[in-house]
Amino acid sequence: MNSPLKRVAVACLAMFALLMINVNYLQAVKAEGLRGDPRNTRNFYDRYAIERGRITAGGKVLAQSVETKDPRFRFIRQYPEARLYAHVTGFFSPESESAIERSENQLLDGSSADLLLRRSIDLFTGEPTKGANVDLTINPKAQKAAYDALRQSGKRGALVALDPKTGGILAMVSLPTYDPTELSGTDKGKVFPRFDELAKQKDQPLLNRTIAQTYPPGSTFKVVTMAAYLEDDSSRGPQTNVDAPQRLPLPNTNISLPNYGGAACGSGSVTLTFALEKSCNTPFGKMGMELGYDKMKEQTEKFGMGQPVSVPMSVTASDFGPEEDKAALAMASIGQRSNRMTPLQMAMIAAGIANDGKVMKPYLVNKITDAKGDSINQAKPEELSEAVSSETAGKLREMMVSVVQNGTANLAQVPGVQVAGKTGTAETADGQPPHAWFISFAPAEDPKVALAVIVESGAANVGAEATGGHTAAPIAKAVLEAVLNK
Amino acid sequence: MSEVAESPVPMPAKRRVAQLVMLALAVLIIMGAYANVGLAMTGEVPVGMLTYGLSLGGLMLAAYLVLAKFAPWADPLILPLVTLVNGLGLVMIYRLSVSDSNLPSAKLASPSSQLLWTFIGIVLFSLTLIFLRDHRVLQRLTYTAGAVGLFLLVSPLIPFLGQEINGARIWIGIPGLGQLQPAEFAKLALVIFFAGYLVAKRDVLALAGRRLLFIDLPRARDLGPVLIIWGVSLGILVMQKDLGSSLLLFGTFIAMLYVATQRVSWVIIGILLFAGGAILAGTIFEHVHQRFVVFLNPEDPELFRAVGGSEQLMQGLFAMGSGGILGTGLGQGHPELIPLAFSDFIFSATGEEIGLTGLMALLMIYALLVERGLRASLAARDPFSKLLAGGLSFILAWQVFIIVGGVTNLIPLTGLVTPFMSQGGSALLANWILIALLVRMSDTARRPPPQAIQNEGLTQVFQR
Repeated sequence: MNSPLKRVAVACLAMFALLMINVNYLQAVKAEGLRGDPRNTRNFYDRYAIERGRITAGGKVLAQSVETKDPRFRFIRQYPEARLYAHVTGFFSPESESAIERSENQLLDGSSADLLLRRSIDLFTGEPTKGANVDLTINPKAQKAAYDALRQSGKRGALVALDPKTGGILAMVSLPTYDPTELSGTDKGKVFPRFDELAKQKDQPLLNRTIAQTYPPGSTFKVVTMAAYLEDDSSRGPQTNVDAPQRLPLPNTNISLPNYGGAACGSGSVTLTFALEKSCNTPFGKMGMELGYDKMKEQTEKFGMGQPVSVPMSVTASDFGPEEDKAALAMASIGQRSNRMTPLQMAMIAAGIANDGKVMKPYLVNKITDAKGDSINQAKPEELSEAVSSETAGKLREMMVSVVQNGTANLAQVPGVQVAGKTGTAETADGQPPHAWFISFAPAEDPKVALAVIVESGAANVGAEATGGHTAAPIAKAVLEAVLNK
Repeated sequence: MSEVAESPVPMPAKRRVAQLVMLALAVLIIMGAYANVGLAMTGEVPVGMLTYGLSLGGLMLAAYLVLAKFAPWADPLILPLVTLVNGLGLVMIYRLSVSDSNLPSAKLASPSSQLLWTFIGIVLFSLTLIFLRDHRVLQRLTYTAGAVGLFLLVSPLIPFLGQEINGARIWIGIPGLGQLQPAEFAKLALVIFFAGYLVAKRDVLALAGRRLLFIDLPRARDLGPVLIIWGVSLGILVMQKDLGSSLLLFGTFIAMLYVATQRVSWVIIGILLFAGGAILAGTIFEHVHQRFVVFLNPEDPELFRAVGGSEQLMQGLFAMGSGGILGTGLGQGHPELIPLAFSDFIFSATGEEIGLTGLMALLMIYALLVERGLRASLAARDPFSKLLAGGLSFILAWQVFIIVGGVTNLIPLTGLVTPFMSQGGSALLANWILIALLVRMSDTARRPPPQAIQNEGLTQVFQR
């Protein structure tokens, strides 16, 4: 009987071999899919099992995990500043997360490879894994000032402020906003309906307007046209005279480009400074046509457009628009055609001029430290591009200071500080009141802050270009003062 | 085929010290696992660990002493291996019971009763070794065993005695003790019956009839016993809705028939018969059909939501997937999310926490146990012992294959216990008796034959 017994023994071994192969297949090959299956409730529990790191900025705690008594959900997420930082921190919901909570998720929950050493030490000392802390570049005073000022306007809008020398984001506010705590609870029955409700609202409180929404830039774009014009011929300067007719005939069409409200611009031939101060349309339309599409497009690219930017949330691309005819180019040169800009992109333009022509890569994460406080990562400012020569930057700065001193943006003046700026009033297609724009930096001689602000449909009442500056400039002023301690 | 041990063979050693060391290691591993669960879940070593550990250790020491006295030549590996698996099952059930959840798998896990059953199991193991000095007496009880086995199988159908739990009428109530699953004991009785019967009839069964292609078909009139067992198996399936036991019994019978007769044709006939029966059952019975549908496509969202659908299976697979290669660590996963994590799905629950690495070790332990049993069978000197040891080893392997293959979706899922791990007294007791029989037979097989008084000048006897 031994030979059939040996065969049975082999058959038994084969059965165990089959089981082992199958277990290997399940736990090694297929494990990832099974682990991530949405029906696998473990993912849900695991989210709350680890003490996530804090998100801080300027000594303020923006998000933290606090221990609960519920053993199923050991830690829940708290947002002490609630709505003020909602678009920066994002939320941490039962099945997803957003903004910094999402971009830095692996560091916050401790699963990142950068924390391998820390985790190995914890393994031996028996300490539970804790996520890394993320410190942001946000200046809490600027953030608060921007939020309050924007809210006072009662409109939807956005403001983003940068440190022009580093690219660090000092303020990032988008209104309307939401309370991340409401979306970060553990009760799916409450969180999901609330999310759906917010997602369906017409004024889109979940949308981060500073980086995820593009707008027609309006007259703020004239700064770019001016930059290209000055770069094109270095002999041109603030006092160079240009033609400024009351109406600029557009080639191959029977329409002509007027100035705002059909007004005249000086005596028909004005200095570049005057054109920018008064935000005349005709000289800029003419400049754009003279330069041509390629040079204009190239200038926008030098200011950072067309390069994928993440801060670390990815930024929607701004666009100068496709090449059309001369008439379209003239309109694009005053920011009123198919060019679409995020507020962050406009802030980068202001920051580039402020920083001697060099555009720094914008970023939001200043420093990452592990739970013990040891540094894991410290942001290093990086140059994104050289937009204009330092000479051109100087000329632009001089003219933008003049805009605030003598022009449309006098409401942005801060006593004792030279403020540079440019207003914009962007008409929207659907008959809505135009958007009010303002880009600015200060102090002009040694810039500490550059910003862009947009108030959606904010230039409602008066029929003058000044209305761009009327609504948006005071908001910018509040932020400038907050950063400069005025 | 030689029924007498070939000589000269190297004499086996007793290896009693090695066994004691391995037993101590097994108990230590289990105590460590207990401590691990406690530290992970409550932050402190569980209060009961020392009592559990000491009593388990004490009991194992007692079992060891019984074994050393009554079966000194027994295979030293079997008892430590069983101890380890039994202990791991205890740890998992304890771990499930302390998980903070209202899910059935946490509520129904009962470590104290499982520990009690383990104690009784080891006592039965010792008693079997003490009272059954020579397993060959069982051969005389062939037909008695057959009758007892059949009676135990049908006993749940007897009014007042039998009870229906969770839709399967496979339990009998014993006043003061609770419920028992007589089928677990029936398996033992039936393997004894098969061994005795096949030894008696194997010559007839091995006679070839016609030759078809490459296979010597047995004579048609010898098909009788096979058809009877087939009928009994299907009867269990129909009347008790117990797919697992039916498959287990039939497979074991076919394997033993093959060992007894050496004829592959029996295996082929068996497989054909079973396939026919399964297809028939699949078309007639909805629950059998459902199992097969779930097996083919467990991830289907429709099936996942359906009552009696694939959710339970998928929960087990999710657990194993979440455990991955290294596992979450004992006490740190969520095995309580699997329905029946303490019984049918204890393998998946264990897999979540000890990972692929742990499961490979666990399967290796089972495989070693089975191969040790088969080794005893190979070494046995008489055909009855060979068949009995082979049958008992095979039923163990086959049972692990059916349940583990089922919960890992290698084969359609049928409800069976994972030997020594699943919560439940009957299976644990029956399996401890099964191990006692294997130990007894390995002792007999390895015991050196009595030495004839020899003229030392003629033969050099090798002895350690």
